[in-house]
Amino acid sequence: MTNDRRIVITGIGLTAPNGNNLPEFRHNLLNGKASIERIETHYMGEVLAGVCHFDPLKYQKKKELRRGTRAGSVAIYCANEALAASGLDLARLDRSRIGVYIGITEHGNVETENEVYTLKQYNYDVKYWSHHHNPRTVANNPAGEVTMNMGITGPHYTLGAACAAGNIGLIQGLQMLLLGEIDLALGGGVSESIHTFGVFASFRNEGALASHADPNRACRPFDRDRNGIVVSEGGCICVLERLSDALKRSATIYGEIVGYAINSDAFDFILPYAPRQAECMRLALKKAGLSASDIDVISSHATGTQQGDLQECQAIREVFNDAPHTHTNNTKSYIGHTMGAAGALELAGNLPSFNDHFVHPTINLDNLDPRCAIPNLVINKPTKVDKVDYIMNNSFGMLGINSVVIVRRYDGH
Amino acid sequence: MIREQIRSIIVEVIAQIVPDEDLSNLRGDIRIRDQIELDSMDFLDIIMELRKRYGVEVPEDDYIQLATLDGAVAYLEPRMAHL
Repeated sequence: MTNDRRIVITGIGLTAPNGNNLPEFRHNLLNGKASIERIETHYMGEVLAGVCHFDPLKYQKKKELRRGTRAGSVAIYCANEALAASGLDLARLDRSRIGVYIGITEHGNVETENEVYTLKQYNYDVKYWSHHHNPRTVANNPAGEVTMNMGITGPHYTLGAACAAGNIGLIQGLQMLLLGEIDLALGGGVSESIHTFGVFASFRNEGALASHADPNRACRPFDRDRNGIVVSEGGCICVLERLSDALKRSATIYGEIVGYAINSDAFDFILPYAPRQAECMRLALKKAGLSASDIDVISSHATGTQQGDLQECQAIREVFNDAPHTHTNNTKSYIGHTMGAAGALELAGNLPSFNDHFVHPTINLDNLDPRCAIPNLVINKPTKVDKVDYIMNNSFGMLGINSVVIVRRYDGH
Repeated sequence: MIREQIRSIIVEVIAQIVPDEDLSNLRGDIRIRDQIELDSMDFLDIIMELRKRYGVEVPEDDYIQLATLDGAVAYLEPRMAHL
């Protein structure tokens, strides 16, 4: 395959509850540092949540912050950080050839809920409804805010794909580069979901909201006593470009996206479905021209729900039944479920393993659920491995959407 | 409320809406939008704040009268005198 048909990651900008850049995030993943806190939310009192603490004024004016959304602010921070990490100078780029593709689980809930909450104080008189509600809630909002902030005039939109969205933002960027529609993509995902009580209330009423006396131990994928999801905010946006362009400017290459797949369970509104997840992993392997045993690290999607973890483990066991060197880990155990950001963020957290040869563990695992036993599941402390050449990143979402991305270490060839 | 109070309230509302702007030299006789970065959505924020804080309604036909600080004070004085 020629270098102009190969797509590489050359910049990463992120904010997670436990880190506001890749080195900090990676450091905390290797040192078992979770970051979940108690926050107040409308109508429900205290809930557990992952909160990001990046400085929004690093790239935005106060007025932009007031006018925009939290998702927009997360996206602007991540996009600017990604570009800075790539070494590219925005002023020297053709901004009409940059595309912004941001995965979201949902958007608009936060802004609508807050308006209704405010409106209640005015006895539901709609003349007090904000004129900002429309631009804040249109589905393209987070991506559009990035373009306004950075003066990007190429295409922008979001990809609504539940909790599979972070991967899909990356896939969309890759596809647009391959189609020749753009020369540079900012792709990834964001979430502002902790600012809406509805997400928490709905998970609680599904019996899927995690609880624990110690917030940092609440998210426990694969543990016998896991009791649900910890909702978090976060974001991760990657600079994607053609390998030929990256080589021309001697860019740092974080990895090459060599395989991906998206499919649908066609099964249930909320329940995951192992056979289709397995099929998605196989499709991604096939596109990459790899066997399961070629994968060194599987970054699992597991959220800490009873059903979800079981289904994914079943799918992994089925696909990787003859892959003795493949390790599996999980990042949500540190930061909770960053929803639309999760796919991109969890992939990013693993990419440094290409160089440091450590696989960060899934933490908070005291009693492994035997039904979640996977060979080489990395538990509670990092594992040193001889090499990491391929990472598979799983991200699944409601309405049965599955996404898998495979990234290869770039070795100069 | 007297004129000076109304003037300071308007400046305070504008400061909240355009927090990056320096309002210390805002002149009363020149259009506000010619002195600071204030777009139509910001202007609607001013109208909304007056409604929320003081129950003052400004019909759309009267928006033009709030173009300058002096004009706004003159327009609002009879409507806020009782506050």
